[in-house]
Amino acid sequence: MTAWHQKTAHEIRDAVAKREVSATEITRSYLERIETVDDKVQAYTQVWRSEALAQAEAVDRKAASGQALGPLAGVPVSLKELLCTREGETTCASKILKGFKSPYDAHVVQNLKAADAVLLGKVNMDEFAMGSSTENSSIQRTCNPWNLNCVPGGSSGGSAASVASDCAALSLGSDTGGSIRQPAALCGCVGLKPTYGRVSRFGLVAFASSLDQIGPFSKDVRDAALALNVISGRDPLDATSANLPVPDYTAALTGDMKGLTVGMPIEYFTEDLNAEMRGLIQNAVEVMKAQGAKVVDISLPHSKYSVAVYYIIATAEASANLARFDGVRYGFRHPGAQTLQEMYHLTKTEGFGTEVKRRIMLGTYVLSSGYYDAYYLKAQKVRTLIKQDFDRAFEQCDVIITPTSPTAAFEFGAKTTNPLEMYLSDVYTISTNLAAIPGISVPCGLTAAGLPAGLQILGRVFEEAAILRAAHAYEQHHGLAMGKPALA
Amino acid sequence: MQYEAVIGMEVHVEINTKSKIFCGCSTNFHAPPNTNVCPICLGMPGVMPVLNREMVNKSIAAGLALNCTISRWSKMDRKNYFYPDQSKNYQISQYDLPLCLGGWLEIEVNGGPKRIGITRAHMEEDTARNVHTLGGGRSGVDFNRCGMPLLEIVTEPDIRSADEAYAYLTELKQILQYLDVSDCNMEEGSLRAEANISVRPVGTTSFGTKTEVKNVASFSGVQKAIEFEIKRQIKTLNEGGAVMQETRGWDADRGITFTQRQKESAHDYRYFPEPDLVPIVVDAAWEQGVAESLPELPQARRARFAKDYGLSAYDAQVITASQDYADYFETVARSGADPKQAANWMMGDLQALLVDAKQEIQDGLITPSHLSNMLKLIEDGTISGKIAKDVLADMFASGKQPEAIVREKGLLQISDSAALEGIVRRILADNPKQTAEFRAGKEQVLGFFVGQIMKATQGKANPKLVNDILRRELGA
Repeated sequence: MTAWHQKTAHEIRDAVAKREVSATEITRSYLERIETVDDKVQAYTQVWRSEALAQAEAVDRKAASGQALGPLAGVPVSLKELLCTREGETTCASKILKGFKSPYDAHVVQNLKAADAVLLGKVNMDEFAMGSSTENSSIQRTCNPWNLNCVPGGSSGGSAASVASDCAALSLGSDTGGSIRQPAALCGCVGLKPTYGRVSRFGLVAFASSLDQIGPFSKDVRDAALALNVISGRDPLDATSANLPVPDYTAALTGDMKGLTVGMPIEYFTEDLNAEMRGLIQNAVEVMKAQGAKVVDISLPHSKYSVAVYYIIATAEASANLARFDGVRYGFRHPGAQTLQEMYHLTKTEGFGTEVKRRIMLGTYVLSSGYYDAYYLKAQKVRTLIKQDFDRAFEQCDVIITPTSPTAAFEFGAKTTNPLEMYLSDVYTISTNLAAIPGISVPCGLTAAGLPAGLQILGRVFEEAAILRAAHAYEQHHGLAMGKPALA
Repeated sequence: MQYEAVIGMEVHVEINTKSKIFCGCSTNFHAPPNTNVCPICLGMPGVMPVLNREMVNKSIAAGLALNCTISRWSKMDRKNYFYPDQSKNYQISQYDLPLCLGGWLEIEVNGGPKRIGITRAHMEEDTARNVHTLGGGRSGVDFNRCGMPLLEIVTEPDIRSADEAYAYLTELKQILQYLDVSDCNMEEGSLRAEANISVRPVGTTSFGTKTEVKNVASFSGVQKAIEFEIKRQIKTLNEGGAVMQETRGWDADRGITFTQRQKESAHDYRYFPEPDLVPIVVDAAWEQGVAESLPELPQARRARFAKDYGLSAYDAQVITASQDYADYFETVARSGADPKQAANWMMGDLQALLVDAKQEIQDGLITPSHLSNMLKLIEDGTISGKIAKDVLADMFASGKQPEAIVREKGLLQISDSAALEGIVRRILADNPKQTAEFRAGKEQVLGFFVGQIMKATQGKANPKLVNDILRRELGA
């Protein structure tokens, strides 16, 4: 029999609901798995053993008393270091928040608790979600479970690695320019970035407020739908959360693609895309056609500006969002400062890592008097053009497919000396955030090197159901033997 | 050379919503430090602002009362600068698209009206208060004020004198109080006025170098500071010097302004639209709803009181100074009492009693019905005006109705001619010398007799009747 930690969230939930297994047994299985393999993977920054067992026992008591169980009853979940929790610390993998305890739970954390999920602890990330490899963490180096010499992707590398290594059934991360989809692709799991406004950001420590969105990592598409059901919806504390009803996303999983039109952006399938990745995507196209999908070419003419636009808007917002970490009220304060100016200067100099400082400076620059029009304002205009590209494309198709990442996982240090090359890891994912549309990455095979590749499926705003349906149909019928990472 | 002053005002008004502008914390001013705070106004990681709808309502009301256009679409922006009195190191304010634009406010200048242009009014959050009195080289921050809702009202440079500035502030405060959008208490900082002052040769149109006078604790302080600053700038120019652009404080004890901060290189606030908030869309129906809820404003009420109740311009001004005062008057006047008499008593004896007791008119024991009933007793001759003063004092202390006081104390006016004739004849007989003087043409003696008669009747004699009888008896 498959060990519990290898099962999906919906399998666990059903078994707990039928009382075939206790939530405590499930939780122990995961805690054991973490103990066995996480010293290699290093996904977890905090493991909440006793709190997790207490939550599991509470779920078991609820089950024993015959009360209705929540939709994630007994499902062990890991949380990215930037989601605020009363338990443990919320550090954003930054020295400046080392030891910081949030006085409140993020909206999504409250939702998970209300759904009877079990919170196992927190997982690693690039500092303040700035990075594509999780190498920018001030805490530890997280490895790709498929090859420990490779990065797990980022910024939610810990989330992806924890799910891929069977150390969590689900994980919540955040995606500002690909930070859920890219690590999901590199670690061979499912990663979903919902429409901007679908999920409340209250309690997500902001990187770029107009781009950030929380989403799930899971072992299959059904689990992504299940998790989205739990975390979606209007939150009065987030003015940008959408006041729209939340459908049951699992109901969209028909197992076929009849009547769906799939668009392939001509700009993405050029010689620039390596042959291996192109082959894997082409195989996926054939599977989709076999499931009844119609495939058409579409054009996203402004997509070439995405990375540039993104690094102006995201850094501008980040420069303001990160201003609050000044040593005045919480977090790290440099002990050597004598004056206010020194306190600001020393605290930030020592508290922030290189990439964070680089982006704060970039953002400060593009907002500066005399440069605002040339950079920030121009970028906002191009953002509108990029959004209009998608609007037009979605007149011709229901979903769009692209590779999630131009390459599979790369080795540690391969891109750390060249920030621009690192930024290009997100070339296929970034425009999604600029256009506020939803996107999912689903595994689409292994490269010759035995590393996972991801297929990205994009949809119209608030049409998560469509991309989940397509991803699910593909997943059910691709016939690939993905296997599991050879850990342990 | 003849100079004229060019003055613009920036007024920050704390809007009296129940909760702060972006969170649910109380706006109660009197609370121990850092008790009206939450993760949102403390700028904890992960929090988000939500704009208080009541703040928008009250800001629209103020904008409409100041004849502004209400923007159909406006937004909030981030104003970036580092200082410990800000929890996020940016202030959420409105930059290029404020809620209220292009209005005016009318003031009285030398007996005539003058319009002061309102450039804009925008919403923003207040900062915390830094405290440097902790000792031991330590400073603290009290975040109770952080996130209090502020409306900043900016005028055109239309003001030409300290008196006009004073009139502007007074009128503005009255309007905001009538609207119930702010208590405008300068001592508690719920109204903060800054004046931008420059001078230029009369007849020229370009602006001189301005100074900004800040942190003045009262309207009269603002007035004096502006007066001083105008004279100082003219003197500087006449002596061949140049006015420096700077921020100046006001030393009330010495009656002078002083340099607080020299002009630094222009601060770059790196404004950009607040991505955590959605645009503020005020449709016609919303604006209409607020417009319909506006009370009668001071200027309109003054004009109506003068017209409907025959009050002088001055009396109308005083009576409408506050809404409670004006409401009180109107209740008395509508009950059928003589409006002019009502105004006189309110501004005279009643006001004196209130000032002595440090009470507001709406809090005292003399309700409009008390005053109205007393005025009717005077009018129908039941009591004299002199007796009424005692009745008023009694009402003020006891809260009894005037009829009861008159009855209990036997203060009923003697209007019985037969009774009064007897008293008059006795007084005349007792004072033959004065009687002779009067008959010899010394009219003033009449007052002596009235006094004697009042004394004999403990002031209860009907003065008009006494006069008539005296003249008749004296054969005048």
